Amino acid sequence: MITLNHYLALGGLLFCIGLFGALAKKNAVAVLMGIELMLNAVNINLVAFNHFLEPARVTGQVFAIFVIVVAAAEVAVGLALVLNIYRRRLESNVDDLDWMKW
Amino acid sequence: MPDTTALFFWLLAAIVIASALAVVLLKNIVHSALFLVLTFAGVAGLYILLSAEFLAAVQILVYAGAIAVLIVFAIMLTRRGDIRASNLFNVNYLAAAVVSLVLFVIAALATGRMTWMTTTGPGPGSNVGAIAEAFLGPYAVPFEVAAILLLVGMVGAILLARGGKQDQ
Amino acid sequence: MTSYAWLIPVLPAIAFPIIVFITRKVRFLSALVAIAAIAASFVMAVGVLQEVFLLGITMEHPVEYAVPWLQIPGLLKIEAGILIDPLTAVMLLVVTLVALLVEIYSVGYMHGDPGFSSFFSYLSLFSASMLGLVLANNYFMIFFFWELVGLCSYLLIGFYYHKPEAARAGLKAFVTNRVADFGFMLGFFFLFAMFGTFNFRELAEAIPGYQNTAFLALAAALVFIGPIGKSAQFPLHVWLPDAMEGPTPVSALIHAATMVAAGVYLLARAFVLFASLPDVMLLVAYVGGFTALFSATIAVAQRDIKRILAYSTMSQLGYMVMAMGVGSMTAGMFHLMTHAFFKALLFLGAGSVIHALEEQDIFRMGGLYKDMKVTTTTFVIAALALAGLPPLAGFWSKDEILAATFDHGFTGLYILGTLVAFLTAFYMFRLIFVAFFGKRRAGLHGHESPLTMTVPLLILAVLSVVSGFVGTPFTEHGFSTFVYYGEPHHVEPNYAVMLISVLVALAGIGLAWLFYGRPSDVPERIANRYRSLYNLLVNKYYIDEIYLWLFRRVVLGLSEAFNWHDRHVVDGIFDGVGDMTRISGRKLRLLQTGNLQTYALVIFTAVVIIALWMAAPVFGGVVQ
Repeated sequence: MITLNHYLALGGLLFCIGLFGALAKKNAVAVLMGIELMLNAVNINLVAFNHFLEPARVTGQVFAIFVIVVAAAEVAVGLALVLNIYRRRLESNVDDLDWMKW
Repeated sequence: MPDTTALFFWLLAAIVIASALAVVLLKNIVHSALFLVLTFAGVAGLYILLSAEFLAAVQILVYAGAIAVLIVFAIMLTRRGDIRASNLFNVNYLAAAVVSLVLFVIAALATGRMTWMTTTGPGPGSNVGAIAEAFLGPYAVPFEVAAILLLVGMVGAILLARGGKQDQ
Repeated sequence: MTSYAWLIPVLPAIAFPIIVFITRKVRFLSALVAIAAIAASFVMAVGVLQEVFLLGITMEHPVEYAVPWLQIPGLLKIEAGILIDPLTAVMLLVVTLVALLVEIYSVGYMHGDPGFSSFFSYLSLFSASMLGLVLANNYFMIFFFWELVGLCSYLLIGFYYHKPEAARAGLKAFVTNRVADFGFMLGFFFLFAMFGTFNFRELAEAIPGYQNTAFLALAAALVFIGPIGKSAQFPLHVWLPDAMEGPTPVSALIHAATMVAAGVYLLARAFVLFASLPDVMLLVAYVGGFTALFSATIAVAQRDIKRILAYSTMSQLGYMVMAMGVGSMTAGMFHLMTHAFFKALLFLGAGSVIHALEEQDIFRMGGLYKDMKVTTTTFVIAALALAGLPPLAGFWSKDEILAATFDHGFTGLYILGTLVAFLTAFYMFRLIFVAFFGKRRAGLHGHESPLTMTVPLLILAVLSVVSGFVGTPFTEHGFSTFVYYGEPHHVEPNYAVMLISVLVALAGIGLAWLFYGRPSDVPERIANRYRSLYNLLVNKYYIDEIYLWLFRRVVLGLSEAFNWHDRHVVDGIFDGVGDMTRISGRKLRLLQTGNLQTYALVIFTAVVIIALWMAAPVFGGVVQ
């Protein structure tokens, strides 16, 4: 029997894998991929909560759609940033970027 | 019936986790992108298991379609050097691994000790209809805000991607 | 007249700013202002003396004028006031007269000096301070003027400030006096603590009935430190010989009328306090006696004409202090007066010689009597007075002291005093025979000084002869019946003492003639025979060197320790704090990588830590 906890554990694991990717990768595009994984993990949780706790309503799914919308916008802007940086510095490695210093 | 659900769940979970790990661990960023698509598809499968068919469709369309294509484009446009070493770890990867792992353990322990008030009732019948009613009813304002966000994101992306005047 | 006595110090005090701000550029006017002021003061001092004499004002019943100056009801009352009694009157006369003559003399002596005007302004201020000190009616006022006198002496001793020795001498005088003044100040603050007043008359009434003599003795001993410094008594005498770096008229003023007289005057003024404490009196007597002998022996071996006179002054001051100590305030003041005249004369005479020769070493002078008849004559008169030959002034006053010492039973001090008399005669005539008589030295040609200088010399010479007569047995001890506490007491003329003093003085002069009056190698042979003793005397018993050594060892040692402490401990702490901030800043700055991922890593690490904390069992978390 698959319970809510199974989904939550799966979501947690996926989230942590995404987090690891976002923290540990050099390539800016790979960092974005990690963030996408994290957002997906959240979505799994939302939908699972919806399914197991409140099946009569679709609130969780609505939230998931909002997350997807935000993710789409985020990816679009993020990738535009990556392109812009790349054009200026011919580099898409995040760890060479220290513009937040000082 | 439960056996089938469980079987599919484990299968999809295995696909999702394995491909997610592949996304993170592979050194070729093109391969990572491909496995990302696979992860998205697996998640869509999970949505179906959770009886959210509309969401599964959106997942396939938006993630596996649009976002994945966008990412592949970005990879193509920013490609330099050896593609086989295009997706390496930075110096902090060990610390990142530890932090991620501990976070997962904590989350797993926390959720594992929870007992949820689960109810198994009938669904709303039509997912699409219910979501449409939610968006045009109680969630109309957030819906519009999301639309504006998309518009702003699009404009911003175009501006950023076009670059400054000195680049032209 | 007494009601206008406050003008006596005020006139020269006004002359000071007038010279400084108005007549500075016009030398003639500066001298005129200063001399006019002090002359007016002199006239008034004569008037005051006359009135005190005619009205029969005594020490017990002085005339006092005072206005409150600083008042905290029930706590503190300081008056600005004047006190006039015979002691004050005599001192006023001596000070104004000597100051007047010195200022007239200075017109000639300082002629051509670039600091002519400021010299007169300082002299005016100096006289004003001394006169204020003499007139003061309470300890606070006297201390105020005491300090002013110290300041002026600093200015005048260091008058040739471009000469390093002069600047150092001024500093030395000032610092040495500061040490003494501190004791004095503590002393009269103690008195204030005990009696609640600074006023002399009120103290004089309160002190005899006071019981706690130990505390009173402490206060008196502390007050005595003041005169030790000002009147150059051992062991704070070191500044006086060095004060010779100042212009010679200043030396005359300091040694005769102002600075050093202040100490003896204070002893006389506070005599009631000392008289009630036999132990302190004994201390005073022995300090005085010791200083008299101590400096007389040094004077024997000096070569510098002014330094000989300086040690002579110390020696004579020792006499005065000793007289105070044996209980004869009258004798001390009498000697102060006569000494003021002949010592001023000696210094002015020496100044005349220095003015003519630009030389101070007596062994490079000689035969001066041929060129400088007036100077030589007056100088010899003064020296005879100092040596104590009748009927000159010094004889009567010195004899008064010796007789008082003998009468009060201080036989040891009497013998000591007689020995000092012998030494005094010897060193004075050593100076005279070497410098004024004998062969002329090549290259040094004296010439007589101008009238402005010789006239004061002549006046002082007359005073040196006659001023003693106010206190002789033939004139019925006029001085003793004028300046006294309690019963007028004068010593019965002790003809044995007189005869001994005369003989001793003659012996001293004779010995000086034997050694120095004719060509002789005796002094040299004696010096060679007793080389170590001679060196001891020439080097003034190495007192300066001992002080220097003490200061090196103690003060500089302490300073070194403090310096080390300051540099290594205090600075170390603060430098350490600074370095810690700097170094930790430098290290912490590395955290600020500017790399987004690092920041994110830190954020999530924090999340993990917070989650662990909240989940921990001790905080009642989820994980039991």
